Amino acid sequence: MIRAVIIMNDEGKPRLVKFYDHQPMEKQQEIIRSIYGVLCSRAENVSNFVQADSTFGKDTRLVYKTFATLYFIVIFDDSENELAILDLMQVFVETLDKCFSNVCELDIVFNFNKVHTILDEIILGGQVVEMNSSEIVKAVNDISGSSLFLFLSL
Amino acid sequence: MNPFSSGTRLRDMIRAIRACKTAAEERAVVRKECASIRAAVSDNDNDYRHRNLAKLMFIHMLGYPTHFGQMECLKLIAAPGFPEKRIGYLGLMLLLDERQEVLMLVTNSLKQDLNHTNQYIVGLALCALGNISSAEMARDLAPEVERLLQFRDPNVRKKAALCSIRIIKKVPDLAENFVNPVASLLKEKHHGVLLTAIQLCADLCIVSEEALEYFRKKCTEGIVKVLKDAVNSPYAPEYDISGISDPFLQIRLLRILRILGHGDADASDFMNDVLAQVATKTESNKNAGNAILYECVETIMSIEDSGGLRVLAINILGRFLSNRDNNIRYVALNMLMKAISIDGQAVQRHRATILECVKDSDASIRKRALELVYLLVNENNVKPLTKELIDYLVVSDQDFKGDLTAKICSIVEKLSPEKIWYIDQMLKVLCEAGNYVKDEVWHALIVVITNSSNLHGYTVRSLYRAIQTSCDQEAVVRVAVWCIGEYGDLLVNNVGMLDIEEPITVTESDAIDVIEAAIKQHTSDLTTRAMCLMALLKLSSRFPSSSQRIKDIVNQSKGSLLLELQQRSIEFDSIIGKHQNLRSALVERMPVLDEASYSGRRGGSGVSTSGINNIPNGVVKIVDAPLVDLLDLGVDEPTHPHPHPHPPPPNSSSGANFLHDLLGVGADISSSSPQSGGRNTMHGHKSGTDVLLDLLSSGSPPAPAPAPAPATQKSSSTSDLLSLTQLNNNNNNNNNNNNNNNNKASPSPFSALDTLSSSLPTPGASPMMDLLDGFGPNPTTPPPPTPKEEENGRTYPPIVAFESGALSLTFNLSKQPGSPQITLIEAKFTNKSSQLYTDFVFQAAVPKFLQLHLEPASSNTLPGNASGSITQKLRVTNNQHGKKSVVMRIRISYKLNNKDMLEEGQISNFPRDL
Repeated sequence: MIRAVIIMNDEGKPRLVKFYDHQPMEKQQEIIRSIYGVLCSRAENVSNFVQADSTFGKDTRLVYKTFATLYFIVIFDDSENELAILDLMQVFVETLDKCFSNVCELDIVFNFNKVHTILDEIILGGQVVEMNSSEIVKAVNDISGSSLFLFLSL
Repeated sequence: MNPFSSGTRLRDMIRAIRACKTAAEERAVVRKECASIRAAVSDNDNDYRHRNLAKLMFIHMLGYPTHFGQMECLKLIAAPGFPEKRIGYLGLMLLLDERQEVLMLVTNSLKQDLNHTNQYIVGLALCALGNISSAEMARDLAPEVERLLQFRDPNVRKKAALCSIRIIKKVPDLAENFVNPVASLLKEKHHGVLLTAIQLCADLCIVSEEALEYFRKKCTEGIVKVLKDAVNSPYAPEYDISGISDPFLQIRLLRILRILGHGDADASDFMNDVLAQVATKTESNKNAGNAILYECVETIMSIEDSGGLRVLAINILGRFLSNRDNNIRYVALNMLMKAISIDGQAVQRHRATILECVKDSDASIRKRALELVYLLVNENNVKPLTKELIDYLVVSDQDFKGDLTAKICSIVEKLSPEKIWYIDQMLKVLCEAGNYVKDEVWHALIVVITNSSNLHGYTVRSLYRAIQTSCDQEAVVRVAVWCIGEYGDLLVNNVGMLDIEEPITVTESDAIDVIEAAIKQHTSDLTTRAMCLMALLKLSSRFPSSSQRIKDIVNQSKGSLLLELQQRSIEFDSIIGKHQNLRSALVERMPVLDEASYSGRRGGSGVSTSGINNIPNGVVKIVDAPLVDLLDLGVDEPTHPHPHPHPPPPNSSSGANFLHDLLGVGADISSSSPQSGGRNTMHGHKSGTDVLLDLLSSGSPPAPAPAPAPATQKSSSTSDLLSLTQLNNNNNNNNNNNNNNNNKASPSPFSALDTLSSSLPTPGASPMMDLLDGFGPNPTTPPPPTPKEEENGRTYPPIVAFESGALSLTFNLSKQPGSPQITLIEAKFTNKSSQLYTDFVFQAAVPKFLQLHLEPASSNTLPGNASGSITQKLRVTNNQHGKKSVVMRIRISYKLNNKDMLEEGQISNFPRDL
């Protein structure tokens, strides 16, 4: 099961925070800070996996990937395949790229609720819904189509 | 309408927050927004509810409290339109959790939405339920979700399947309702639906034994066929990830096969073929392919034995190990760790590749590989593996040496085939990384040495050679000093020569030179020096003709400001000079230490505290309890006529109690008091002011003078220092009293103790000087494990740190390579006046972000006319290196014509980047 998906920038500012098992807000902030502490001190040219036992309990791992100024982070337990999660992140980023045509950090900041909608089409309750990025884009467009006016009024 | 609620748009709020330069500004913006949202909430404002909730989600992400928005989510969910519901459900998932009672109120809305005609609304409700459902909601809504598993739109079926996972995890009893619907979903052609159905199937098997049995019987065949089609299918571009068709589906299929095959030979047998196909047909040049292979290996390892497949699987992992991608090597090592318990032999075949990974550039891979190698070592391969590891130790990174050393020592101790090999390997490790070796390791080495009587000569000669080349490794020095003291005669006379040895010629004076060099080396800590004195005493008996020279060396420590050394040297001097008849009996060879009980004891928990309670105080020769002695190797030699630096109380039973008292205060104290000098490094540098104060107030009188040292380093202001004066003064009083008591109790042969007492300042006469005498040099905290590397660091031009009248102080600054936070300072004091300064003491204090360590000064008298100088080494660790510069307050006190002088100042002209 996937426990959390976090996007933060290279200064440690959270850009998207989604926990699939509930954590109180203070704990969430603490986790974000401790993850940032680990990631920003990691050398390049090392593996993308970090053991996350101390924050999430036994046998949990963290995979991260950097895209431009952003860290994409997925935390999951031992029922998931680490390498597959790397591919999942690739699908997530490709989908964002299609939805925002050349996604950048600002797109995610200002449209965080749309990013949540996209993520909900990929992961539900910590399980993968869909790995086909064009299917995901289609589902998201259907939803946005019916709530276009709302995006304008926010 | 409320004047605030017309408010800013979400976009404007985010802009305002992003424009904030400080956290305080951000808090102000958020506070203002929250105030206006609260106002809108209490006005029950409908128009901007969705906008306010969207803002709250952003504010929540930044870590501010947003509980006042929870009811707004429910109102939006209850709204008729899709857009409002969407924001409402999003808020529900982010701001609420299943434990909140508010959640109960949403069940009804969810039920309506699950039955809604708009499929997108149904999707929203399923998504929310799947993320936050509580057990009650799961019970209430399970029938709706079950029905939706057959919904016409595949997107809804997918979500319903995953939502069911949450439901059966919350309420396992409901599992049976889902078994049949899942069985039909497994026949789906739609990839997405199939993927989610397989996940649901796996979770059903985990929560329910009956479901597992059912699927094993009815569906194994179907799933195997789906996987076979996926492996052999023609290229399907829409599910393709880097050239592999639908890798995620294959991974899920392999996972469900693992669950079905585990513990069932028939099912396992059924899937052998397809697993072999996946293992051989999948391309391994892309991450997606490797992910499938990795999953396949895990499945092969978990299902019932089929020897051929396992070899195939472990060979795949072996290939992974030489992959260029760090991630692949990382997962391969993890998997090999699991595989080792299943098929150790197959893993052994990849030993060479695994050993290469110990040298990887990625620290986390190195660490895993080392653990794996540790598991692979056995009697047959211990010699070559140890050799490889020790060879690598020479070139490994500094920060990996600690782990590596610990593992090598553990391997050698556990599996050494013969004693000579054990001793040889330990000496190699000590020479390469002696500063990383834990105390118990070299203690154990000494136990082994004493037990191998035929190797005493060989060992002491090897150590003699080793100390010549590796005198910067404290552990080598200690073991060598101990052995030379104990077996010095064997060293000089080349006794017990082995065939493999090259003969060497060592004279008595060569042997004594080594000990003298060790005691004088500035990096040696209290324990090492105390051990040196003990060794000298032994040698005075082993080499009767050199005893005058030994006496001279011992005498040099008489003036030591470290009570322990001072006391030892005075006592030993007295033994060498006046009690020749006693001497040889006192320093007879140590009895053989009992290996079994020592290793048993090490297995127990508190190495440092358990043995010490039964130290028989004041007993002259202890043969019954050699272990206890071993613990205090450096300090409490059994033949030491006066085993404790604390003057022993009149009878030994009360002495034991007193020790109890002292120890009862905590293990840290034992590390700050020289009584336990042998264990100082084991505890590290924990001794701090608190401990010190505890120690002083614990009612155990003889906390020795050196103890205040940590106060000098830790106290951040001079007033702290002063507040200790009184305590310390009492402390010295007590010390004197005790020494006096002691003299009464055991008058001969320790008349020398009178000298000791009188060398302490007169109590009460001059509290300031008292304090200073006590801790001018800095005895208790042992020097860091790697002091020798100081020499090739970065250097700075010397600075004049302080100048007042005739006294000037210059600092020579240098850095140690690899640790930019640490600055090494050599302070040099000169006196341009015509007068001699005596009792010269330098003290320093630093702010909290710095840590200061002072080494003892070279002298405490400073001759006039700049004709000489005092040097003292300091080590400053800057925890905020790069952010803050080093500053220091200093105080210098001395006696000028027997008058107390005191100078104070602040040094802030350090280079900025220290």
